[in-house]
Amino acid sequence: MSIRFGGIIAGLAITLVLVLWSLAPGVYNFAFGPAPEKQPSYAFYEHGEGPAGGFSFDGAFGKWDYGQLQRGYQVYKEVCSACHSLKFVAFRNLRELGYTEAEVDAEAKSWTVPGIDPDTGETTTRPGMPTDYFPMPFPNSIAAAAANNNAIPPDLSLMTKARHDGSNYVYDLLTGYGEPDPEKAAKVGFETPLGLYFNKHFPNVNIAMAPPIAIDGQVTYADGTEATVSQMSKDVAAFLTWTAEPSLIERKQTGWFVLGFLLFATVLAFLSYKQVWAGMKPKKK
Amino acid sequence: MSFAWAKQYEPKSAFTKWIDEKLPFPRLVYNAVGAGYPVPRNLNYMWNFGVLAGFCLMIQIVTGVVLAMHYAANQAVAFGTVEHIMRNVNYGWMMRYAHANGASFFFIVIYLHIFRGFFYSSYKAPREMIWLLGVVIFLLMMATAFMGYVLPWGQMSFWGAQVITGLFSAIPLVGEPLQVWLLGGFAPDNAALNRFFSLHFLLPFVIAGVVILHIWALHIPGSSNPTGVEVKQESDTVPFHPYYTSKDGFGLGVFLIFFTLFVFFLPNVLGHPDNYIEANPLSTPALIVPEWYFYPFYAILRAFTGDLTIPFTGIVLIPAKLLGVIGMFGAILVWFFLPWLDKSPVRSGHYRPLFRKFFWFGLMPTMAALFYLGGAHAEEPYIMLSQIFTAYYFMHFLVILPIISQIEVPKPLPFSITEGVLGSDKPGTTSGGGKIDPDSVVDGRPGTATDGSLQPAE
Amino acid sequence: MAEMSGATTPAVASEPETGDGVRRRDWIHIAALSTAGVGGASLLFPLVSQMAPSADVLAASSTDIDVSAIQPGQSIKTTFRKQPLFVKRLTPQEIAAAKADDATDMRDPATLASRTKEGHEDILITMGVCTHLGCVPLGAAEGENKGEFGGYFCPCHGSHYDVAGRIRKGPAPTNLLVPEYAFSSDTVVRVG
Repeated sequence: MSIRFGGIIAGLAITLVLVLWSLAPGVYNFAFGPAPEKQPSYAFYEHGEGPAGGFSFDGAFGKWDYGQLQRGYQVYKEVCSACHSLKFVAFRNLRELGYTEAEVDAEAKSWTVPGIDPDTGETTTRPGMPTDYFPMPFPNSIAAAAANNNAIPPDLSLMTKARHDGSNYVYDLLTGYGEPDPEKAAKVGFETPLGLYFNKHFPNVNIAMAPPIAIDGQVTYADGTEATVSQMSKDVAAFLTWTAEPSLIERKQTGWFVLGFLLFATVLAFLSYKQVWAGMKPKKK
Repeated sequence: MSFAWAKQYEPKSAFTKWIDEKLPFPRLVYNAVGAGYPVPRNLNYMWNFGVLAGFCLMIQIVTGVVLAMHYAANQAVAFGTVEHIMRNVNYGWMMRYAHANGASFFFIVIYLHIFRGFFYSSYKAPREMIWLLGVVIFLLMMATAFMGYVLPWGQMSFWGAQVITGLFSAIPLVGEPLQVWLLGGFAPDNAALNRFFSLHFLLPFVIAGVVILHIWALHIPGSSNPTGVEVKQESDTVPFHPYYTSKDGFGLGVFLIFFTLFVFFLPNVLGHPDNYIEANPLSTPALIVPEWYFYPFYAILRAFTGDLTIPFTGIVLIPAKLLGVIGMFGAILVWFFLPWLDKSPVRSGHYRPLFRKFFWFGLMPTMAALFYLGGAHAEEPYIMLSQIFTAYYFMHFLVILPIISQIEVPKPLPFSITEGVLGSDKPGTTSGGGKIDPDSVVDGRPGTATDGSLQPAE
Repeated sequence: MAEMSGATTPAVASEPETGDGVRRRDWIHIAALSTAGVGGASLLFPLVSQMAPSADVLAASSTDIDVSAIQPGQSIKTTFRKQPLFVKRLTPQEIAAAKADDATDMRDPATLASRTKEGHEDILITMGVCTHLGCVPLGAAEGENKGEFGGYFCPCHGSHYDVAGRIRKGPAPTNLLVPEYAFSSDTVVRVG
């Protein structure tokens, strides 16, 4: 058969190409070439473990801790919102955090959102309404870059889904600021560049964001919880998990219901299948 | 088609008779998945995946039509409309997660369906056309899945569109203009997003059409089976309904349990976090990889790192970029030639000792390795490993299979499917042969003729 | 299970059958099929529900309107649920005319008092949607055709509404709809 003959020729040719032109130098480099250079900063990166005890919404049976979400919202409002937007979240969504309708109205009013003067048509600002979305801290990305040493603060609506293991990542990042081990840094000549900050949990350890949550008691929690750096970080990480996926808990609960139904239906389907085939299968010898 | 003992559709009421005269649709269904389609009685669970794949296509079309009601293919708002679906639309999050994970599960099912075909040589005569149509479906699925992944307009969407259309720029002379034409611009933007949406909506219906051809072609020779011996007599078969409808129903339940676990508990593990960042033409994510189901082919693409030159002259025959593209498409195109590369008269891997060794210890580890390597960073040792496994991949199909089919001594085949199942072909000697009708055990009845290559190997 | 050979062949025929011909052993198939049916049917719920108004649409269903700047005889057009809303301050003459007609035979009888809020009977708030087939009636803006009864006139099919937005002539079946609303202060109305 000519196809088989051609196939054998083609297969050998492809193999030959890979071996001669790519594989041989590749093996040589791997065996004898210099080890790939790693940036010195990698030596200082530490993988974070998230908050002690994890989050209330972790796991298949997780639940929101509404007190924590409200505290996290307070941290966002008093700290993060100065630079970071939350553009996919509307004030009306705060109802899901356990606020009453009146509280949401008042909360919305406490924010200033862009508006249009009804008499002149000029852009102006007005107090927010529940249907408004969280306002952008900067009018556009150029303004954001200019105000932040050229680093644009990302929108936080989806942050915990936009990073691997996002809830823990946010917590680790907020608690990862500090100084590199001075001895080690001196040895490899590592220095945090000017205008950046050392953060052992940031992938390249030099982050443009100044430590946002720096001291205990930076916010005063309405519910009296002690506002340690760790507590505030955990609360805001929980809040951002909610903003990234408001349907998280509903999703898991629906999942259990669907799963239970499917298990029941599948057992029935199996029995039905066995019933249909009874008599078709030979007796095992 | 079908075997001589296939039951004919008999409309009972006056109404069904009337329908049967005007539009014999019930007859069509009866002959396709009813008692009118006799199926080998010995199919194992690997034969569940065809029906499951059809079910996946239905999930994708239904959820996809729903999502299209709320989505807008405009680069300014596409990312926002996906979030609108997730946050505001009633059950929108469920629809979107079902659609995104549905694509992954569709590919899981299809890969198992294809590997079933590899092991049991389902591509061999008289079923070449089924196989060829199947490869066409797979290619269409890849195109559809790629374009669907662009629609949320996240970072991976954008850079995926950039990189995949960049493949076409490797083609000599027309490559660069071709990429610009495909994108309708110099970079992925509104024009590209709109056409991808249009085609992503269209192609699933094309797939459905080819699936109909695939099933039509299947019903001419009938289903293959784990022994690879053709159906000879009525006792070799059972009617599709209720025997395989019940089995597929059970299989569907198991499939849906796994699907549910992902949709409701792990909806994002098969995706990339970067795609929750809105597309940014000025910054590429650290690791650009396609969705997991493209990994093997992506690994093959990246395996070709050197230009093909005439030795000692420095004249470049084929640049590395083009070699990679040829290799990637060649990896699938080679499947088209499988029926003619593997000419062993025996189908089932169970009766082919040498073939089976190369399948389990050659092809399967290679596929597993390529799946892993396609998602790894483009650095050593992963590039070198990709090259080794890519070389084996092509060797397996183009060199090893043709040679095996020449030199292998197959194990003796059972005389018939019934013998393979029951250990004896004589009705009445088995304890479970309630379905065997003695009158039907007659060789040479019309429709039972098998091609000569399938006789037991003595 | 080998003894129970032959699910569908003579071995089964000896089984007792119930009145309607359903063999007792079939209960498992019936149970499996009906469970699958329930599952399939419950899928319809999200599929149907997703087409209903989404959360953001429902949330945008209340509007605050400042009525202080509207002079007697003037109307403003604003929107409520993405539909036009007419807010009109009636003149004393119009109020008198509307009250005079309260007892007239009308297609959809209503009094002016029932269509305004107590203490604010000069403020008439109606949807700007003709109850015939949904066109926007004329008459809210200065100089538009107000119809034969001095209120609103729908040019699509010729419905005439009076100053209180009541249908008086033409094909429209009911008066212009008065949405749910309340005065949150003397000058601000919250609709919805």
